[in-house]
Parts: sequence; structure tokens; C-alpha cells
Amino acid sequence: MGNKGDFRVPVSQVPHSVPIPEDITGIGGTVSVEINEKKISVPLGTTILEACKKVGISIPTLCHHDDLCIAGVCRICVVEVEGMRTLQASCSFPITTPIKIKTSSPMVRKARRHIIDLLLSEHYGECYTCFRNGNCELQNLAKEYGVDSYTFGHIDKPRFEVDNSSYSVVRDMSKCILCKRCVRTCIDLQEVGVLEAIGRGDKTHIGTFLEKPLADVICINCGQCINRCPTGALRANDPSDAIWEAIDEPTKHVVIQTAPSPRAAIGEEFGLPAGTSMTRELNTALRRIGFDKVFDTNFAADLTIIEEGTELILRLYNALVKKGKVALPQFTSCSPGWVKFIEHYYPEYLDNLSSAKSPQQMFGALIKTFYAQQAGIDPANIVSVALMPCSAKKFECNRPEMNSSGYKDVDYGLTTREMARMIKEAGINLPEMPKSDFDSPFGEASGAGLIFGATGGVMEAALRSVVEFVTGNKTEDIFERANIIPLRGFEGIKYMEIPIGDKVGRVPDLIKHFIPDWNWLKGATLKVAVAHGTANAKKIMEDIKSGGKFSECHFIEFMACPGGCLGGGGQPIPTTPEIRMKRAEAIYAEDESLEIRKSHENPNVIRIYKEFLREGPCSHLSHKLLHTHYVKRGRYIA
Amino acid sequence: MEKKERKGIVLFSEYKRGEAIKKALEKSREEILFELRESKLKGRGGAGFPTATKWNMVAAAKSDKKFIICNADEGEPGTFKDRALLLEYPELVFDGMVIAGYTIGASEGIVYLRGEYEYMLKSLNDYLEAMRKDNLLGKNIVGKNGFDFDITIRLGSGAYVCGEETALIESLEGNRGEARNRPPYPVNTGYMGKPTVVNNVETLAAVPHIVLKGGEWFKKYGTDKSTGSKLFSVSGDCERPGVYELPWGTTINELLEIVGAKSVKAVQVGGASGICIPKSQFNRSLAYEDAATGGSIMIFGENRNMLHVLKNFMKFFVEESCGQCTPCRIGNTKLSEGIEMIEKGEYTFAYINKLKELGQTMKVASKCGLGQSSPNAFISILENFKEEIFNGNGGRNGK
Repeated sequence: MGNKGDFRVPVSQVPHSVPIPEDITGIGGTVSVEINEKKISVPLGTTILEACKKVGISIPTLCHHDDLCIAGVCRICVVEVEGMRTLQASCSFPITTPIKIKTSSPMVRKARRHIIDLLLSEHYGECYTCFRNGNCELQNLAKEYGVDSYTFGHIDKPRFEVDNSSYSVVRDMSKCILCKRCVRTCIDLQEVGVLEAIGRGDKTHIGTFLEKPLADVICINCGQCINRCPTGALRANDPSDAIWEAIDEPTKHVVIQTAPSPRAAIGEEFGLPAGTSMTRELNTALRRIGFDKVFDTNFAADLTIIEEGTELILRLYNALVKKGKVALPQFTSCSPGWVKFIEHYYPEYLDNLSSAKSPQQMFGALIKTFYAQQAGIDPANIVSVALMPCSAKKFECNRPEMNSSGYKDVDYGLTTREMARMIKEAGINLPEMPKSDFDSPFGEASGAGLIFGATGGVMEAALRSVVEFVTGNKTEDIFERANIIPLRGFEGIKYMEIPIGDKVGRVPDLIKHFIPDWNWLKGATLKVAVAHGTANAKKIMEDIKSGGKFSECHFIEFMACPGGCLGGGGQPIPTTPEIRMKRAEAIYAEDESLEIRKSHENPNVIRIYKEFLREGPCSHLSHKLLHTHYVKRGRYIA
Repeated sequence: MEKKERKGIVLFSEYKRGEAIKKALEKSREEILFELRESKLKGRGGAGFPTATKWNMVAAAKSDKKFIICNADEGEPGTFKDRALLLEYPELVFDGMVIAGYTIGASEGIVYLRGEYEYMLKSLNDYLEAMRKDNLLGKNIVGKNGFDFDITIRLGSGAYVCGEETALIESLEGNRGEARNRPPYPVNTGYMGKPTVVNNVETLAAVPHIVLKGGEWFKKYGTDKSTGSKLFSVSGDCERPGVYELPWGTTINELLEIVGAKSVKAVQVGGASGICIPKSQFNRSLAYEDAATGGSIMIFGENRNMLHVLKNFMKFFVEESCGQCTPCRIGNTKLSEGIEMIEKGEYTFAYINKLKELGQTMKVASKCGLGQSSPNAFISILENFKEEIFNGNGGRNGK
């Protein structure tokens, strides 16, 4: 077999080559199309779907998704192309010659209605009992096309058992319409490849390797499949019943930490436009629901920067000065999807992974130790909830090693979607809530912790501190308003070099006992990289394996999800590149509005190293509470 | 290899291995394409696409690599003529592939052999080895400088859909057998993304004769729109089932006469995906422009229950749909359930009409030829045998 190129997906599902001229504006670069007798000119190779969008005609789609390669399988988007015997799927038809299209002829309308009827005949379940009720693409289509009865019947028994083996993703294949978005998400967007169509004909279904439960295969729990499922066939494992129970139990002290990404996105669940930050309204809502304390995960993100940054400096010092054998580049470890990805796919690189826990888990450990002490509460009675944009966080908090406080660090990981539902259930209209602040003793965090939510954010946060530590200059003097623009944006892989120069600063007190001075970094160039989406992570890992330019990096940020946490598998549905862009804008805007924008300037972080973690970052106690280890899982499953 | 004494006008006429290759290599590519165009040869798999046009598109494509693939998946129920060609006339098929390779500029040919034909694999490979010894394959074939070409045989695994050319290519690439989106077509983006000709065994087998005797000679046979001869795989209620070479345009009556079929009720032309023709239309001719077929002719005698025949076909499609597109995957199930309703007498004519409409949608909205042709039997049998099915012994009266 020859080389299939970069694609791991079946070739039928990648856009095929059509002879598109390089200069799209030149002669032959465009082609004219007549859509419902309206003429327009489009670049050669434009799909019918895109062309229709340009003239304001909406075509229904189910298998098509802006983030994914083409499938052309649901056939709901068929249109009539003059001169062709059959209807054509507009999502996959590239326009290369002048054509005439009818998007709403009797034949087209009949075909679409038939397709909806067929899908409904095999789609098990009633809308009332489905978490996607009101936000289901199949339901919407049925409504748009006036489906008032089940023309071809309706299945009354589930065809498959619900698979809720995974802490993160629940699969209810009786609701699956075989659009294969999950398959393409997993294999093409994320290059994990856990899901595939199995069987043929009426036996076709989406399954895992040897039909094993999801918990037993190499799923990384990123939940990107959930975000792209048009129906309720995929959902996150919802712990809200248990949380309600804890809230209703008077002896339990229920605290919640909220991550920045849900705050930037939860408004979408309440009809607000993407990119409306709800941070302080959410604080009020959560207290009204019954949470005893509301904490800012960003505090722990700031702490992560100090711990992970110190770890990086130590690694560099050991490598450059002590000439020890140290695993470099250091990889970030705050994305649990990425952690499981590397455990499965590159277990030989686990030493490169920072031992620092993710902010969620650090915070969990501190809540049941430091906070419990301060507040005088028995940690056994604390129920710690984490509002996260993430489905993998559910798995992470259930990892057996995450109990360094003697208790489960975090009891429940809750997604943005689940939180929104709890708020609605409590009869609260989030956008109308008055604003309120986070609770002490952790209080408000820095902007550095906040931008963890966007791809490049962890790296930017780290550099804001590291650059200042090492050079002695204010970060603002090097990067305008401390915004490190090259690390922002949604490019799959970002790379940056920061020359240290000849002037170095004073070693901060916090780490003075590790390193006497910065002289060994004089004239050095710090090389960093950022990747989001595991497909991009894989590219970097393969480059490192072959000794490429990324193997020379010192620090690399990896996020499992496209766009970073703001595009996480627990975020509101739908997700598109535009929506993710808006969420990022909201996060960066909030960062700019804050007074403290560097982790090491967070007064509560300074305080915790004075009062609790007295031996400083990467010390014995911090290692016990704030650091962890990983499992060599490998790609082969028993 | 056992050699049966067959006699026929074109394919089963005299031919010596390598003869056409030698003649072709003396000609220019344009000359071969010209003869092919003259012959008006159309694809024998059933769709009837002009072979010269297909070859020409790949010949004209710019690419570092091109492929010629012989579709020997022969999965259509009731078809077994490719088996006869491969067993008894492999020289025609392989020589046709070499000529195709020369004409389109491919250096690699692949035979996609039906999984159930595994038993032929060894003898076919032996045959290819013999061709290599005679320099009919390999480097600088029969002394033609710069023309290197070889053939490999790859086995299918039994999925009907892999007879569809783009699903076949997917299967060859090691993927799940599923039809691709078209356009682009294999002539543009085929095997490994390269321009590819996919031809039926029988199409390729016709090529050596056309090269030797010319397009004019070829089109003496058959009709104006369906030139040459066709191999028919005849099965069912007749005295002499088997593979027959007949000129295109032969009527069903004539064919029934030849194979010794008496008191026939219906003839299924084109396999499970074809149409069912009742007695009253036996004067129709077998040709692309009338009753088109890839070769399958199934004869049903007077005592056959047409509803059972239809049920059998639909069961086949329910299982053999690749399952990727909605109209084919669920549509065939619904048609099949409809037949069961008729069998039990639990149906309304209104619902049966809805299913017929659904069949029309499947014909136009399915992704590939499988779903587009699977309702043919349903529609034609219910239409042509409604008396028997709804009032006779087949079903009970509906509401």
C-alpha cells in the first residue's frame, strides 16, 4: 500500500482534490452558479452548501459540521443539480463547472422529509426524557419540516444498552443516527480513533474496539464527540443528582470552584450571545442554589504557574548547570484529556510531563486541608465540586491517586451544561443575577490564571512570571500591557523564542533555596510551543520523537481540546470556530480588566506560601498535595 | 485451468495470449483510444459508461501515478460470467489490463477479486507468473522501451458494496468498504488519490479483440447504442442455465428460447438491483437503451411466488447496504418490512404507496448505486405483479 498522506480518516471522508487554481481571482478561478434562478459567482471548488449560504439559502444538515471533514452520509442536504439523474449532497459537492441548482423542488422536499421520517423511525426515545430536548438537531429538523406523525413507524424498544462505564462520556446508541460526527471527531479532529462504524446494513452501529465499554478502551475523555453529536446519543456522565443531595444534606459543607471557561460560555445556555462573561452573576446564582462557598479555580491556576514554573526552572538548572539527566522539554499537565492521551500514545514521554496537578486537583487538595483547617470544618464533611468546561475532569477527579488530602481531592466534576441545568432547575435566570465576588480565603485570582481557558494561556501566564523573575524587568516592559500576542489565536501549533539577554534579575525569595542566581541563563533563548487538539499534540510529539525543532523546546503547552478549555467537551452545544473565538475574546477581555495579571503577584498565593506551604513550591508538602504521578497505559488494551 | 469449449462472436472467439498486447504496443496511445471510441464499448458492469471516455480522462490527467483496476468483485446476485472469463479466458482480462495500462499511462494494475473466488487465486497468480516469463508483464514489455507494467491480485472480503467502484477503492486502501462522495470521480481522485480507471472484467476482456480487429468490426454486433456482445449469466427455471455470449439487442424471448425456458412468469434482468420483467414484456430487448443488465438473468417459472422472490431480494439489500447513508440503510429495512406486512395481510394500500414513494427517494437520494438501484425490484415487482401479490396467493387483500 502506498502513502495515504496525513489523513488517518478514510479517504471517503476527506475533501477530495479538485483542480483549484492557485490564483482564485484569476481567469478560471471562479465559476458561476445559478441557485434557484439567482446567479452568483463562487471560487472554484466551493461546495453547494457554502454557495447557498452566500445567497442566504439555508440547507439543512446533520452529518456536516464546520470542524470536521466531509461525510455526505445523512443525505438531508440533497439538492437538485440540473442535468444530473440523482440528487446531490450539497455538503460534499464541489462546484467546478457552471451548474444550476434547485434547493427546494418537490423532489428535494420529499426526499428530505423521507430522510427525517426514516431517521425518526429508528431513533429511540422520547424528547421529554432527553438531555438534548430543545437543543437537538434532529428535533429541530422534524419541527422545521412539519413532521406530525411517524410515517414509517417509531421504534419502541432500545436497540442498545446504554454504556455509562466511563466517568466522562455516556453512550446511548439507541439515539444514534449514524451521522459519524463522533467518528470523525475522534479519528480526524483528535486523531484518537476510539470510535468506528461496525457492521453493515441494518446492523451498522458506532462501536469501540471489540465493542468494549468506553472505560476500557483508549478514550481520552475529551468529550469533543459530545459537543458535535446532533442528538442525545452522547452525553457527559452527569453527577448533578448527587450534588443536589449533598446540598440538601445539612451536615455537608458543599463548596464549588469555577473555572474561567464555563464562566465565559454558560451565558449561551441562557440565550446570551457567545462571549458574554457571567463570572460574578454565576457567583450569586451558585450561592442561591445552595453552595456554601464559591471559589475561583484561577487561584489554583496561579498556584500551578508557581509550582510548574519552579519545576521548569529546576529542570533547566539541573540540565544546564548540574548537567544531570533531565527530561526536557517539560510538558504541561493541566489538561486531563492530554494527560490520558500521552499515557496511551506516548507513555515513554511521561517523565516530560510536569508533575504538577491540574488547577482543579490542586484546589481540591487545598480545600480539604488548608481551607478545612482555616474554616474549622472536618474535611470528611466537605463536598468539593468543580465547575469545568471539561468531561475529562470527571475522570481526573476519580483517578485513584488524586486523594492526597486523605480524601478524594475533588468529589464531582460538573460541566457547564450540567451547571446551567441546575441553575434553571433552581428557577434562577442567570443573566439577571446581581454580581458578587468570590469567597475568601482564596478570593479573586490574577488574569494569568484566567487565561488558562484559552489555548496558549498557560504558556502566556507562565511567561508573564518567568520573564519577570529571570530578567528582572517588568513583563509589561517587554510585552505591551503584558499581552503575549504570538501565543494567542487558534493556529494549531504556535512556537515562540524569548531571548533572555545579558541582564538578569534577582532570584525571588520563594525559590532562592534552590538556585543562587540566574547567571547561567544569561544569553540563553527560551523556546516554547503551544498545541491544542490532540491531533496537533501528536504532530509535536512525532517531531520530538524524530529530533525535530520541538525537541529543542524547553516548555510546551498541550491542551486536548480545540481552542483549549473554552472548547472543552463540557461546554454548551453547539461549538463552532466562531463561537470558540468569541469565548476567547471574553476571556482575554476579562484578563485585561483585572488589576493583578501575574500569578506571582496574587496576594492569596503569596499568603498560602507564607502560611501553609511554608517550604515553598516543589517542597515536600507541595509535592504531597499539589503534585502527582502518571500511569503508563500504552495503546494496547487487554 | 480447465478450458471449456465455448464458441462466441466476440469474447469467446479465437484469441492467443499476448497477441493484442504486441499489436497495441506498436500503436500510439491515441490510436488505441480512437479504436476504442469507434467501438463504442460501454462498461459491462451495468452502468454503461463509455470506456473510451473513461480511459481518455485518465490518459489526459497529469499525475505521477495512475492505476488500472479490474473489478472482479462479481457480487450481483445471479452473475457468474466474470468467473467464466477469469477461469477460462484470463488472457483476455489480463491482456486488456496491460493495454489499458499502456493507454492511460499506468504502471500498476490491480485485480480486486471477489473473496469467494479465492480458489482461483493460485491459478491466476500462476498465470501472471507465466506472463512475466514471457515479458507480457514486467519491465519494457515485449521490447517496448519504457513501458513497465505489472498486475497484482487482491481479495475482497464478501461485502456486496465493494463492487461499487469507489467502495472497492476504499477497500483496496484498507478501509471500511463504503462508497465515496462523487464528484470527484475515480478518474480524478481514485486509488491512493490518483487518477484511476476501474473497469469490469468483461469490459477489459473486450479490449484485446477491439485492438486486434478494430472498432468497426466490434460495432457490427449489437445495436447502435449497445455495441458488441454481452455475456449473460442465466439461472433459474430453464433447461440450460449457464454463461451465454449473445449480441446486445437480443430479446428476452430469444434468450429464453436459447436456454430452454418454458412457461416463464418473469425474468429478473440485472440481478437483485435490476428490474423484474413480466411475460407481457418479453419482447423487450436486452440493451443499455431498453432492459439494461450487467449480465444477470434470473428466470422465474409459473409456479414461483413473486412476493417471496421480492422478499428475498430485499433481505439481501437490508444486509448488504454498507450502512452509511440514511435512504439506503433504513429505506431498505422499511421496504423489507412492507413486504412482510403484505405477507401477513397487515397493510394498507396507502402505506404501500408511501413505500413506493420512499423507493423513488432512495433512487435519487442514496449516496451510491447500491441504494439507488435497490428499490428497482420492489417497485417493478409490486407494479408488474400486483394482481398476483395483492389478490392472488402471494398476499391477502389489503385494506
